[in-house]
Amino acid sequence: MSERKSLYQILFEPKTIDAVAPGSKVVSYLILGLWTFICLFPLYWLAVTSLKLPIHVADGPNYLPGIDFKPSLHAWKYIFVDLGNDTLRPYLNTVLVSLASSVIAVLVGSMGGYALSRISYSPKLGSVLLFILIMILMIVMIVRFGVPWQLAIASGLALFLVLVSTVGRRFRRALHNNDIAFFMISQRILPPVAVVIPIYVLFQNFGLLDTHGALVITYVAVNLPIVVWLMRDFFDTIPVDLEESAALDGASRYRIFFTIVLPLSKPGLAATFLLVLILSWNEYLLALFLSTADAQTLPLLIAAQNATRGPQWWYMSVLIIIMIAPVIAIALVLQRFITRGLLIGAVKG
Amino acid sequence: MMQKRSATFSEWTDQRAPLVFILPAILIILLLAIFPLIISLYLSLSRFKFVKGGFSLKFIGWLNYEKLLVGSQQFHFIGSFGQLTPMEMAAIALVGLLLLWWLIRYFRQGPVTVPGLLGRLILTAGLLSLTWLVLFVLNQKGFPGTLVVTLFYVFFGVLIQFCIGLALALLCAQRIPARNFFRLVFFLPLMVTPVGIAYTFRMLVDTTKGPFAPIWEFFGWGAIAWVKDPWAARWVIVLGDSWQWTPFMFIVLLAALENQPRDQVEAAIVDGASRWQIFRDITWRAILPVSITVILIRIIEAFKIIDLPNVLTNGGPGIASESLTLHSFMAWRSLDLGGSAAVAYMLLFVSVFFSMSFINFARHRLKTA
Repeated sequence: MSERKSLYQILFEPKTIDAVAPGSKVVSYLILGLWTFICLFPLYWLAVTSLKLPIHVADGPNYLPGIDFKPSLHAWKYIFVDLGNDTLRPYLNTVLVSLASSVIAVLVGSMGGYALSRISYSPKLGSVLLFILIMILMIVMIVRFGVPWQLAIASGLALFLVLVSTVGRRFRRALHNNDIAFFMISQRILPPVAVVIPIYVLFQNFGLLDTHGALVITYVAVNLPIVVWLMRDFFDTIPVDLEESAALDGASRYRIFFTIVLPLSKPGLAATFLLVLILSWNEYLLALFLSTADAQTLPLLIAAQNATRGPQWWYMSVLIIIMIAPVIAIALVLQRFITRGLLIGAVKG
Repeated sequence: MMQKRSATFSEWTDQRAPLVFILPAILIILLLAIFPLIISLYLSLSRFKFVKGGFSLKFIGWLNYEKLLVGSQQFHFIGSFGQLTPMEMAAIALVGLLLLWWLIRYFRQGPVTVPGLLGRLILTAGLLSLTWLVLFVLNQKGFPGTLVVTLFYVFFGVLIQFCIGLALALLCAQRIPARNFFRLVFFLPLMVTPVGIAYTFRMLVDTTKGPFAPIWEFFGWGAIAWVKDPWAARWVIVLGDSWQWTPFMFIVLLAALENQPRDQVEAAIVDGASRWQIFRDITWRAILPVSITVILIRIIEAFKIIDLPNVLTNGGPGIASESLTLHSFMAWRSLDLGGSAAVAYMLLFVSVFFSMSFINFARHRLKTA
């Protein structure tokens, strides 16, 4: 039994299955430590820069406040006191828009997800194709021939109803829940820039540009597929027994959904809500197109800091810090929930 | 009497419940995704002009696309063509031969179906022309346009993120103390807004005032401004993107690793399998489906990149680091709405081509594996 071990074996071969050999432990910690540094250093540099005077930035790299340079709160004072309202308004806009859009998206999306999980749909392929055809026809009528949009939509709807009840029934092929769900999630492939220009023109016609409402509706539309997809997977994991017995007792579907299913799915709702909230908090492209001054959100404010006098790193750092502080705080406290949100989507999808 | 009517009313609403539940979601998506998408198609086929009290649209057919592919905007979208060296021609021929061999194998092996054949033909044509294009613009005299630059971001970004994410997940899946701390810290970059990352990385790569200035100086690179050199600018953007998205890969792969069957691993260790064998034959098999899903999600999202190029380098120097979305935005800002929609549609085609090819390829792999 007294077998001599080589140095490599001592260092890198574990004694038991669960143990980690000392050599691999050192290597692991080195790599993990390096990546910790990579993750945290940019955040540290932001914090340090926000405490610098312009001269400290221009001097070259100064690393440690209090040693390399004397920290100053001038940038914080400028952003919060001198520019008070100009900072506060985008901040409130962002809070308002992301909260409102996430709440609506989660509500509508979980209804859709519940429906796709429990009720079986089979819309006829024929009527779906017909609908798309009529929609194209309507659009051509409106933009090409200048037909008033109310008239076009009304006549399009009427035509659709007539055709569906007559011709539509001839087609046998039907779509199923999986097709609908796939259709929804495939909306993520759609680059937002391909749809934002017509939305811009549409909102301009209705005088909705640069309002909170416009941003909220668009964010809801962008995030809805994710919510439907995640919540559908989550509802699939909840046993149906409870709902069935409630249905036997005569409860309506609405009642079952709001009083039984939703309370049961709090973890899934929380995970989805956080994910969507963070996505809309950081959203940039749609805000860039749809808001200019009144509804300006924080990412736009930060992006606009590239002033004519050159980038003023100290002010920018303050803005970035106050923008990421809430999400970082959420991440530190509720990381488990957000992770779960990412996992429902990826592991099961 | 009253009672009865209200009962029938609630019955009526109850019967409509399936519709009520799904309709809001469907309507919102129709109204704000499908409807604009169709209008966008129309816009991309017309010339848009602001006139007094509104705008005018003139149908011009394929002209906007023609401009991008062979016309005045070709340098912007595809790039300027250089001259192919014999080596590059050989490379294209090699890719062509490989694809041909793959097609022939498909014919000889199994049942040939119409969708299968069609998909393979589209894939072959697409890949071949892309190889030709990329090599044509990426040599000495050529200059890549936004299409090739976006492909560069997607390919290298996803590759780097997956490799680092997998390595970190493998390390963190070991039973070592403090792994929850690492898990929390590695998660943070995902939360930071991309616009913030863009400015932060601009500070970090500054060679005279950034934190790494002494290192650059030591190597004698102090005078280089990274964001002024085309390739350096593109790499900085890939780095920023990877800093943000590696955590996503890491978290999902870590969960997959922790779900892998432990008894198989234990049996393999007892049998004296090496660590590499265990990884290749057990772990990799177990996490393959999840890996494919995360890579697909990242490919889809990576095609939409705009924040980093717009803020970090402003698309520059020149147009060197512009992505397709940024290209479309620039066209929109110069009021060329038709051209902007055409770029957006080209992005849609490329994105759908790659996601669909990847999905089909992955499905095939999973079936045979």
